[in-house]
Amino acid sequence: MSKRKTERLLGLVVCLLSTRRYLTADQIRAAVPGYPEQDDLFKRMFERDKEDLRDLGVPLETGLNHPFDDDPGYRIRQQAYELPELRLEADEAAVLGLAARVWQRAELAGAAAGALLKLRAAGIDAGDEHAALQDIEPRLGTPEPAFGPLWEAVRDRRPVTFSYRAAGRSEPQQRELEPWGVVNRHGRWYVAGWDRGRAAPRVFRLGRIAGTVKFCGPAGSVTVPDGADVRELVRDWDSAPAREQTAVLRVRSGAGVGLRRHAVSVRPADQAGRDLVTTTFGDVGQFADYIASFGPDAVVLDPPDLREAVIARLKGVLA
Amino acid sequence: MSALVTSTERLQRLLALVPYVMSRKVVGLAETAEAFGISERQLVDDLNLLWCVELRAPDPYCPIDLSYEGGEIVVSQAESMGRPLRLAVDEASALLVALRMLAEVPGLEDRSALSRLIAKLEAAAGEAAAVSAQVAVQVDAPDGDGADGVAARIRAALSAGHRVHLSYYVPGRDEATERDVDPMRLLVVEGRTYLEGWCRRAEGVRLFRLDRVLALTVLDAAASPPAGAAHVDVDQGLFRPSPDDVHVELELSAEGRWVAEYYPCESVTDLPDGRLRAVLRTPDTGWIRRLALRLGEEGRVVSPPALVAEVRDAATAALANYVVLSAVHAACLRELFPRRPPCRLGFQGRVRRQRGRT
Repeated sequence: MSKRKTERLLGLVVCLLSTRRYLTADQIRAAVPGYPEQDDLFKRMFERDKEDLRDLGVPLETGLNHPFDDDPGYRIRQQAYELPELRLEADEAAVLGLAARVWQRAELAGAAAGALLKLRAAGIDAGDEHAALQDIEPRLGTPEPAFGPLWEAVRDRRPVTFSYRAAGRSEPQQRELEPWGVVNRHGRWYVAGWDRGRAAPRVFRLGRIAGTVKFCGPAGSVTVPDGADVRELVRDWDSAPAREQTAVLRVRSGAGVGLRRHAVSVRPADQAGRDLVTTTFGDVGQFADYIASFGPDAVVLDPPDLREAVIARLKGVLA
Repeated sequence: MSALVTSTERLQRLLALVPYVMSRKVVGLAETAEAFGISERQLVDDLNLLWCVELRAPDPYCPIDLSYEGGEIVVSQAESMGRPLRLAVDEASALLVALRMLAEVPGLEDRSALSRLIAKLEAAAGEAAAVSAQVAVQVDAPDGDGADGVAARIRAALSAGHRVHLSYYVPGRDEATERDVDPMRLLVVEGRTYLEGWCRRAEGVRLFRLDRVLALTVLDAAASPPAGAAHVDVDQGLFRPSPDDVHVELELSAEGRWVAEYYPCESVTDLPDGRLRAVLRTPDTGWIRRLALRLGEEGRVVSPPALVAEVRDAATAALANYVVLSAVHAACLRELFPRRPPCRLGFQGRVRRQRGRT
């Protein structure tokens, strides 16, 4: 880092904040120390400085003081620059301290720390030491490398392209997506949006994205349709079907605790050491997986399609 | 000064430093350095830099005046830099997403503070808050979120310092276990809620997933985890293998690849046709046997050999049940379900599965 650059940028901010009129580039060069004499060097440096300030979120305005002016001028409006007045009660500050811990080492950890610093600068002290919230530790992780670029794409409304390996497919496929939002469900990140290739809304699990996510269009070119609910899209994609079917199982006494937890009824079977467990389920395939995992401890009596699915699973083990 | 700090990062700090001091009137050097995570030397460098800022036109002047004599910082003049810069989109989103996640955490009783804070931050962030609505985090709430939910009772036990009795389901062994636990913290990690506590049965710190708690009683006894009971470092991942763990090697078909996404693997190698080889370490192979049984032909255990045999034996015994069943119980079934035909024996075509649609 360069101390001179920091000084120059700081001077630029102070200069533009303290003016009501738009200042032209030449006026700025005269007021802020540190800019070079040569015009082309100055121009390049000034362009970079403006870029840096905008990246920081400094609202740099361009405009003319008079309609007949030749060169545009610059200023920073105090009201657009300042964090509005904000006061927190002690319990709100405690919750803020807890929220600041959520990202810890994940993708937005730096952003959370930056936000906290600005709030501190506004005179707010997050209640890190609030006793009541010390015994709860919430964390949000972003182990998927695709999170960073997809968050940027959602934030800047840019379309992306990536290689995606769908469940059960052996080869990844290239997809082009207008991202509407990212959702974390059961600890995993998903992106929902408009799949250009399929011309339909689609949900993708970030962990199944192979390689890098690339932007394939300018910022601002994605429109999120009114009423698009990314949360609901992901929920529909990932949710278990309603438990509308009934199964009767013969389960060894003392075993199948997981099956008994959600049972409708449990009664002794005609065989010693066995119980008849009646339970509900949604998807035959998924429930067959689950029953197979109990091995000889659980046997499906009914319905027949569930029974056959379990037998298929078990034969598959021996294949 | 760390070489990793860029000019713009330092500028950000300087822009926050002036209002930090001004909002507190007078503040100590040491306290300020700590708040900004820098050394006192770095802080003095920052203050000198601020003090030296000058504008040359139309008339030369120094917009910032400050002093730090006797270790106390006072800013006497700061022009228009008296307030911090407003929140950037990333910053507002990071806090708002975290707060909305907290709103889903079961057992958090500070709901009103939470919603007041969200409203205040949304108002302060203005436009920058909008994008945060496109990020959502869902936390499992195992048995609802009422005052009598497991999470709420654990938080009550935590604040009162009471021991709890748990009836806890261990799926790997298909076992309901009974244990007394001294609660230490409630963790929300990877979308699930856990009780961290000193398990008096295992004599160690253990994590209990709330959706596996069959029953919970808050006891009168005071919780007394031993002084040496260390918190789990949630940032290192909840499941860390120990040197005594068994190495298990699995071969997964394209349909079984989800296993490598669900369970922390030590290594994952791609094989032809979308297949995978996954190696994981575990202290208890019971759950792997159960996993292999549910995978059918979508995955198989390659090693250790004892586990391979265990899986085959279990599948053979399970299949034998169905053969015996068809002979002995067909009549019994007819009695149970008079309107349905009795079960046929054998396997009639594979049932297509629904897992993972995209």
